Amino acid sequence: MKKLYLPTDEKTIRSLHIGDEVLLNGTIVTARDTAHKYMVTEKPKDIKPLLKNSVIYHCGPIVANESGIWRMVCAGPTTSIREEPYEADVIKLYGVRGVIGKGGMGPKTLEACKKYGAVYLHATGGCAAKIAETMEEVLEVRKLEFGTPEAFWVIRVKDFPCTVTMDSHGRSLHEIIEKKSRKVLESLLK
Amino acid sequence: MDPKQLQIHLIELIRKSSTDMPPDIEKALMTGYHREAKGSSAKGAFKAIMETIKLSRKKSIPLCQDTGSLVWHIYYPDGSELLPVESSIKQATVLATRLNYLRPNSVDPVTGINPGNNLGNGVPSPHFHPWKKKSWEFNLMNKGGGCENVGAQYKLPDTRLGAGRDLDGVYKSVLDAVFQAQGRGCAPGIICVGIGGDRDTGMVIAKKQIFRKLDDANPDQLLATLEKKLYRDCNKLGIGPMGYGGKTTVLGVKIGKYHRLPATYFVSIAYMCWSDRRAKMIIRGQKAHYSN
Ligand code: SF4
Repeated sequence: MKKLYLPTDEKTIRSLHIGDEVLLNGTIVTARDTAHKYMVTEKPKDIKPLLKNSVIYHCGPIVANESGIWRMVCAGPTTSIREEPYEADVIKLYGVRGVIGKGGMGPKTLEACKKYGAVYLHATGGCAAKIAETMEEVLEVRKLEFGTPEAFWVIRVKDFPCTVTMDSHGRSLHEIIEKKSRKVLESLLK
Repeated sequence: MDPKQLQIHLIELIRKSSTDMPPDIEKALMTGYHREAKGSSAKGAFKAIMETIKLSRKKSIPLCQDTGSLVWHIYYPDGSELLPVESSIKQATVLATRLNYLRPNSVDPVTGINPGNNLGNGVPSPHFHPWKKKSWEFNLMNKGGGCENVGAQYKLPDTRLGAGRDLDGVYKSVLDAVFQAQGRGCAPGIICVGIGGDRDTGMVIAKKQIFRKLDDANPDQLLATLEKKLYRDCNKLGIGPMGYGGKTTVLGVKIGKYHRLPATYFVSIAYMCWSDRRAKMIIRGQKAHYSN
């Protein structure tokens, strides 16, 4: 398994290919539906430094607050395709180098990954308790008024395991599997 | 039943459902792990899944951060008072959320406001069924949002699929739904199907199948045969865990039926993610017995 340290750079990201397993180390930021809409429509200035050369995590966690200190209890990936209308713009506007989620994303995001040098990282859906164990510290939270699942949680992770399923060379494992399974489906429906 | 005591039992039931994987599902996941090729992403996904199950059980933390919508089916001694039970369910839900057994998961669709306590319009919506027994049976399931999104309802005939108003049409609809879902519902899923009913009850019967044990046998011979055939053929699709590709796309297919109107033929499909969380509590007198 390769280790990927964050913040990263374009060259490192371009060296990754679909099927690669990586362990993420450094700071990542959660963002899901409300946060994506907010980033694209309001273009907040304070979020950019957090995301530049770093990675967005599609996740709506369960977080505990113990005497003023936040701790991730449960933090698995959420379905990424909902952010398809926004993600390409987010990659462009914020200089994001990767997106973690589940289920993969569409052609617009794949194109942006190729153009700007970013990857899609698949985490194991449903493995929330285990993933939370890789989260060493919650550094801060922004826009908590969006609700716990929708806020921007800034987290330091150690060896967060992911699989590259969309790379910066225009390849998507999701496209490949869909094509293959479509062939099987067509033969079964005959 | 003493409402305070019931509330405590219900919190324990929610804890169990959110944090403890039923043994039949765990066994099927283990079989999936052994079936996938060494070094594959599919095997890696199963490994992470097995580790998560152990960890959640040991530490009593939710298996998934999406603790879903709580689907309740409650069997009660005919003639019992239900309003106090309903309010105990509400209070238990609020307290279980505070204890982090549940994520704040109810959102006003118009204002976007999340009250943070898992209550709201239509939430919770327990189904009550009277029976002749003296005991109470509470069945609870956590139905996640990701897999809910890949559920589907087909209206037969369907020209695109060449699906008629018969079991072959049902077969085609289910295969198509599993294909459309790819890995997005956290495959491998348990495919729960309701044939017939109307748009509303069709989905109710589909979701009721989620409470069935994976290794049970459908008493209806025709449906039992179709379940087996669909299980085999869905797994031929090769979508695999998380959609990484692999031999395990579904863990099971379960089918129920309701009588339909002459003019309609619905096939309602509830996709349950691998994290098939359910638990049962039987109350006799003051004693509660839990299982899943
Ligand atoms: S679909 Fe995936 S993310 Fe959603 S509840 Fe199920 S396991 Fe969790």
